[in-house]
This record gives sequence, structure tokens and C-alpha cells, in this order.
Amino acid sequence: MSAVAPAPITAYGAWQPVIGLEIHAQLSTVSKLFSGAATAYGAEPNTQASAVDVALPGTLPVPNHAALDRAIRFGLAVDARIATHSVFARKNYFYPDLPKGYQISQYELPIVAEGRLRVRLDDGRVIEVEIERAHLEEDAGKSLHDAFHAATGIDLNRAGTPLLEIVSKPVLYSAAEAVAYMRCVHTLVRWLGVCDGNMQEGSFRCDANVSVRPVTSATLGTRTEIKNVNSFRFVEKAIEYEIERQIRALENGETIVQETRLYDPTRHQTRPMRSKESANDYRYFPDPDLPPIAVSAEDIAAVRATMPELPEARRMRYIEALGLPESDATQLCADKATADYFEQVLSGSLPRRDADRAEAKVAANWVLGEVSAALNADGAHFEAARVGAPALAQLLARVREGVISGKTAKDVFAAMWAGEGDADAVIERRGLKQISDTGALAAAIEAVLAEYPPQLAEFRAGNEKLLQFFVGQVMKRTRGQANPQQLNALLREKLAPQ
Amino acid sequence: MQLAQALRERKTSATELTRHALAAAKNRADLNALITLDETGALAAAERADTALAKNPASALAGIPFAHKDIFCTNGLRTTCASRMLDNFVPPYDATVVDKLAAAQAVAIGKANMDEFAMGSSNENSFYGPVKNPWDTARVPGGSSGGSAALVAAGIVPFATGTDTGGSIRQPAAFCGITGLKPTYGRVSRWGMIAFASSLDCGSVLARSAADCATVLGAIAGHDPRDATSVRRDVGDYAAALAAPLAGRRIGVAREYFGAGIDAGVAAAVQAALALYEKLGATLVDITLPNAHLAIPAYYVIAPAEASSNLARFDGVRYGHACSEPKSLEDLYSRSRAEGFGAEVKRRILVGTYALSAGYYDAYYLRAQRVRRLIAGDFASAFESVDLIAGPTTPTVAFKIGEKSADPLAMYAADVNTVAVNLAGLPAISLPAGFSRIQSGASLPVGLQLIAPAFGEAALLNAAHQFQCTSDFHLRSPDPVA
Repeated sequence: MSAVAPAPITAYGAWQPVIGLEIHAQLSTVSKLFSGAATAYGAEPNTQASAVDVALPGTLPVPNHAALDRAIRFGLAVDARIATHSVFARKNYFYPDLPKGYQISQYELPIVAEGRLRVRLDDGRVIEVEIERAHLEEDAGKSLHDAFHAATGIDLNRAGTPLLEIVSKPVLYSAAEAVAYMRCVHTLVRWLGVCDGNMQEGSFRCDANVSVRPVTSATLGTRTEIKNVNSFRFVEKAIEYEIERQIRALENGETIVQETRLYDPTRHQTRPMRSKESANDYRYFPDPDLPPIAVSAEDIAAVRATMPELPEARRMRYIEALGLPESDATQLCADKATADYFEQVLSGSLPRRDADRAEAKVAANWVLGEVSAALNADGAHFEAARVGAPALAQLLARVREGVISGKTAKDVFAAMWAGEGDADAVIERRGLKQISDTGALAAAIEAVLAEYPPQLAEFRAGNEKLLQFFVGQVMKRTRGQANPQQLNALLREKLAPQ
Repeated sequence: MQLAQALRERKTSATELTRHALAAAKNRADLNALITLDETGALAAAERADTALAKNPASALAGIPFAHKDIFCTNGLRTTCASRMLDNFVPPYDATVVDKLAAAQAVAIGKANMDEFAMGSSNENSFYGPVKNPWDTARVPGGSSGGSAALVAAGIVPFATGTDTGGSIRQPAAFCGITGLKPTYGRVSRWGMIAFASSLDCGSVLARSAADCATVLGAIAGHDPRDATSVRRDVGDYAAALAAPLAGRRIGVAREYFGAGIDAGVAAAVQAALALYEKLGATLVDITLPNAHLAIPAYYVIAPAEASSNLARFDGVRYGHACSEPKSLEDLYSRSRAEGFGAEVKRRILVGTYALSAGYYDAYYLRAQRVRRLIAGDFASAFESVDLIAGPTTPTVAFKIGEKSADPLAMYAADVNTVAVNLAGLPAISLPAGFSRIQSGASLPVGLQLIAPAFGEAALLNAAHQFQCTSDFHLRSPDPVA
């Protein structure tokens, strides 16, 4: 066949998947959203549940302002509208791990609305994902079905933990886009310090709404919701499975049932939850125990004043002001700890930030090279680097000053990582300092020249190649510690016709 | 408080007063006004109060016996809300009102009977049986703070705490011939007060006189960081405000309060009381509250809606009544709640659940909230031309036990003059205004309700006190039962 088949519009031929994500980010507050109990993970069951969390009669919720601040912080980072008036609502349903019989959430008036986030895909494309809203809500407790024989245990430690539910519009068109967006949000919330992003502990999890429609259709198909997936890989697998399941069903002439489905990570399948659970009428109404949250322009300004430079802005600065290659900038800005480490190295080793593009590239190479490799070997991250940014900055300064060579610096770094002290201490103790003292170098050169009169004569006769011979002899005599640039300059001076 | 004077002059002791109150409570067990009598706790508290009284100038309430409505959580002392659901519930903490009265060294003798979860206007809806009106034990004391009102009216304690969601302090105060104050919403902390309808519930006091109410309110009012709806505003010096003369005070009389359904005897007593206010220098002004007739329907949507959610926590899982041998989770929920709640509570949970349901929310809950704003608007307009609004607290005197219990709507109508005040969040007081002769020839107390703008508690107490300085209705006691 000679005709080239037209490329499919989507990976799924005539079908276009449409995905929206609801991400639950646990806000990194010390205490709960409406009580003073601690939020720390992993405590003995029910040791972090106060009278409010247990919903004893007569107890009342009082909002934790640290959680509000974090929600505002996220809202500002995604360029959203921060509601000056937002309302906590009760979502009513019975479940043993929901002590009050209702969850305090936000319904009609969320604190954050209409945001957007630029997401860089693996294939280099950049998409802008619209965020419909982000609202505050409390988490439920945990039912422990396996811990007891013929009974269910309830652990209320998690009950009342603050969550920010970040709801995207249905504007993601593949599992890959959905996961890239989820990663981007994950980076952002950790960057902002509003969520620790720990997915094993459930601090960052997501529900995915998935539908498919013919590529020619403008209206959305019937969606299903996949609940509570807590890894990037599982989100991708679950969405891919669900897209294929729906397409298969539609191609077989079946209709999609709007339902909640659970992802089974061992089989990589989704299956329906009991339909009863999705048929709840939650009877939302404004919580009369909680006055509307008023956020003033001053409150917003106060949070704005503490906002860090955002990842995308910093990435652009590294490319434009420091001249770093895009790949370096992207890697450095993958998380705030890495970027801040680099930033500290830069500000510690350079008198003026952005002063020297060459030095920035040297610092980036070190951070992404030696330091990352050493951290990988440790299985640690930048917060736990055994050579801190100021110490690395000192080392790089010594290279720049000519105290040691770049090659020697790698040995010094290894010694520093091994705990032998800072750069100066290692250089001193191991006697690695380059000889930059003109007098000492001159003496060594005189000695070498005196030792090899025939070669000197040959050189003077025009065999310039012998320069390297003299360099080598001086290096040998100084045990490699001669500053190469200085040595070259001095040697030429001495060898110059007199 | 006369007793406080006697204590300071060492004419009596807290222990003596407490023993007297405990004996009187036992002597009037027929009233069924207490759910729990705490003799040990009361005597210990009295001893502490005596020690304090001996040392230095103590609070005006030190050593004074009183009772808490059994809706206020008391650390280590069973708190039932008059429900089988909480028959076994011992709170591990004190309500703020309980804390504050304990700090003032008042002596709690026990927990007063009430309508279950404060739902009722007759105190017939109690798991522990109805409370009787000391003026006529065949009659109701009103509700839901019926036990508190009966204890004060019978002279067992000089004051008691209560809560008022739609009239639950003022209506029993009127039926029992005592003084009851409902403060501005948010003036007294709701922490530890078991919720009925959160946006309406107000904790406060029932006492013999406005002066006593002023003393107690001064002790329990104030901002509480544990209640997000509690107001950050300084507490007034209510006692100091009592003495102001009433000359020039404008009292609005709403014609709606004297419409169909009001007893002639009640109307006459209220009119006479208003005439007394004129003599005290006040001017009566005709006013209108055009949306008053919407208060009952709006209230009976909003209060049950909130209650349906507030009472969801009583599920048999963590505390409270749990059915025996549940077969499933659903069985645990449905049987525990079916067994634990009484009929009126169930009725309101059902009404409230319905009002919040998808498809009905706009027609009921949202509409009721709009009515609520109209009613608040009525009061706001009226207060542009008057300082206080006056009228009968209730359209009738205390009715007979069983008389209305079969007809919920007739029972709800007993709240017609009180619920609008809760919807608007305003302060109001009911004070004894006179008596109405009933068919048997006996006379029963009539209550006068005064309403003030938000945070006008001092003005209310002042007006009530001035009335009580020139009348003796509040000093009269029911004949002791033979």
C-alpha cells in the first residue's frame, strides 16, 4: 500500500476521553481544622481525637486560621479568586467513621475559585488547566475492618484533619495529561509548604472523573468517578483502564452508568462501589455553628507578602537571567528543596546573584551532578544533604579563587560528604592547596631549569614543545599543587629570551 | 439577691442554704423538676463557697444554690437532655456556663428536667416524665426549660439556668410567674450546651426578679473562643443599669400580639401592665410587625432542619443509647435511634430532613431563611421609633397536662409571640405582669414580654426591674401543695 493512513486525532481513534480531577491535599497544620487536636500521622488509634473530633454533645467547631491561610496561599499560587465571603456547609450522611453524622465542607461558596495552572507535559507541550475551585473540608476517621474479628474498629485520629479539595474543570484529555497535572499540583503544594505531599500516608490523593465522547461531539459523555487513588502510577493506570472500558462499552452499544468506582491496584481494574453509597442525598446547608469566613484585602495581602517565588517563575529566571539550559532549570525546579539548595549555593558563592552565568552553570552542574549522585547513594533528599549549600558554596569559591583545581574539588567534596569537615579544613589537612605563591613557584622553576640545561638550550633554540616538559617537571617537584595558570605564565616569563 | 446579703452578713451559710434547697427539692419531688439531684457535689461546692465567703469579698453568687437545665454538660455528672438517648451519658467536660457559675462559686444542686433535647413547650416530652406547674400541678410549667421554671417558682432555688431556642426560657417563666431572660444570640457561649438548633439556641437564666437575672447574666455572658458564634463585645454592667428611671422611654405595642387566639384574661393583665409602664413615665407607641404571622412556619422549618443534622451524632456508635445485638450497621443506627429518641424529637428530625432534601431545600429551607430576614427587618424598622417592644409572652396561661399533647400544631402555636425574637437574634425578657382568673376560680400567672434591639439586655433588665419596684407579682408564690 502506498497511501499513508491519516494519524488518529486521539490515541483512542474516534473517541476523546475527558477527565477532571478532585485532588485532596491534607494541609500541613499542627492542629485540626476545627479542634486543637494534633494532626501528626501514625499515633495510636484515637489518641489524637478531642471531644470535638469525637462529636461529644455540646462541642463546637472553631476554624483553624492556619488552614485558611494555606488555602489562600494555594489560591494565590494558581491565580485564583479568593472569596472575601465563603461559607462552611454540612454534608450530611451516616457512617461510623464520621462522628457528627455530617462532614464540614464548603459547598456553594468555596474559599478559592477560578484558578489556572500551566502544566508541562513529558512531550514538551504546555497546557493550561483551569481549576474550578478549591475548598476547605475536614477529613473523616478511618474504619479498621481487618483488625478485629467480626467487628469494625474506628480510629478517629484523622477525623477533622484539614483538607483542601482542588477541583479541576474537565479539561484533561488523556491519562498522561491528568497525571502531569496531578504532579504539577503535587510540586506546587509542597513548594508552597501547604501540604507535605506524602502519598503513602494519604496526605495527597485524588478522585478522577472520567468520560469519553466521540471526537466530533461537543457535549460531555456520562462520567464515572474513580475514588481515592493515592499514587501517580495508579491514577494513570486507573484512568487508562476506565477510558478503555467505557469505549469498549460504547462500541458494544451499551450506555455508561454514572457511578462511583474503586480502583483495584492488584488487578489494574476499576469496579463499581455499592450503588447505595453514591445515591446519597447529602442535604447540604450552611453550618450554623460557623459564621461565614470573611477574608479582607489586607488578609490576602498579608499572605501574598509571604509567597515564595513560584516554580515556573523561578524556572524562567534560571533560563533567562542565569542562562541555564532548559533541562537544568526544569530539574532544579522539580521541588523547592532542590531549587532552594541551588539558590543558596549561588548566593553563597557569588558576590552578586545572577552575576556570572558561567558560575551559575558550574553550580547547577554540581547540584545536579555530584550532590544529586551523593544523595541518591544515601537515598536522601536535599533537606538531608550531608554537605549543605553554604559548605558547597565555600568549596566552589575555592575553585574560583584558584586555591584548588576543579578536579581536586571532587575529592574534597567526597571527603566533606564523608564528614571530614568543611572545604578549607579538608584542603588544609590533606595539603591540597595549589601553590600560587609567586616566590615559591619561581624557586621551583629555577631549580628545574638548573637541573635540565640541555633541554633549556633546546627550548631556547626554538623547540617550544619542551614547555610542557618543564611544566611537568615543576608539577612533579610541587607534587601537583602548582596553580597551572600561574605556572604557565611564570614559566613563559623565565624562558623568554633575555 | 437577698440571700447574698444574708451570706455576707453571716446570717446564714452556703451549706445551710444548700441543705435547705436539697431538702426543698426532695420535699417537692412531686413536681418532677429535677432529673438528677447532686447532693454530694452540692455540699462540697457549698463548703468551698463558705471558705471563700469567710476570706474575702466573694462574688455576688458565691454560696447561692441553683440548678442547671440538664442540657448543659457537667463534668463527671450525668447529662441527659431528658432523653433516653443520653440516659447513660457522663460528659468529660463542663459547659462554659457551668464553668462560669462554678467560678462564681454558685452551688449547683442538680440537673433540671426539660423537654427532650429542648423540643417542646410543655415539658411533657421528657424521658423522665412531665414536670408540674407549682401554681397548679395539673398544669404544665411550659417548656422546654420547665424544670428550671418550676424549681424557681416553687422556691427551691432562687435561680436556674435555661436555654431558649423559640421561647424555652420566656414561655415557662410566664407560665410559672417568674422572670426569664433570653439574651442576644452570641452573648452567652453555647460551648457545652447540647445543640437543638444552633442558629437559635441561647443559654441564660430564670429567676424570681430582673435584678437576680442581671447578676446571673453578668456572670455567664461574654466572648468564648470555643464558640465561633460567640460575640466579641464587652459585657455590660447589668446591675448598675437597673436603677435608671423610665421617663421618656418609648415602648412599642405591636397590634399583632393582641389578635385572635389571645385569652381575655391575658390581654387584660398585659394592658394593665402597660398602663403601669405609662405611670412610670414611658410612652406607649402603636407599632406593627407585619410578618409576625410567618414566624411560626419559618421557625418550624429552620429549627427542625438544624436539629436533624445536630442530632445525627446520636448513632449508638461512640456514646449514648445503643440497641442490643445489632444485626448490621443500619440496624444499629435505626434501632438505637428509634429506641433512644421520643416522638417529638423523631417528628422534628423527619420534618427537618425533609426540608433539607434535594428538591425541597429551596422551597422550605431557603424560603424560611428569607422569611427570617423579613422578620428581622420588621424589628429593625420598629426600633427606629421605639426603645422596647412589649406584648404578652404567651397568648394563654399554663394549659393542662395532656391538653395539647395530641395536637403538635396547637402546641407549636403556644410559641407564637416568642419565636420571632429568636429568628431575629434579639434579647427579650418575660416578667410577671399579673394574673388571669381561670374557670376553676384560681388565678394563674401572666407574662409580659419586652424585646430590645441586639445587645439591649441592660435596657430590658432596667425596664423589668423598674416594673418590679412598683409591683409585687414577681414576689407572689403559689400556695404550697398540701
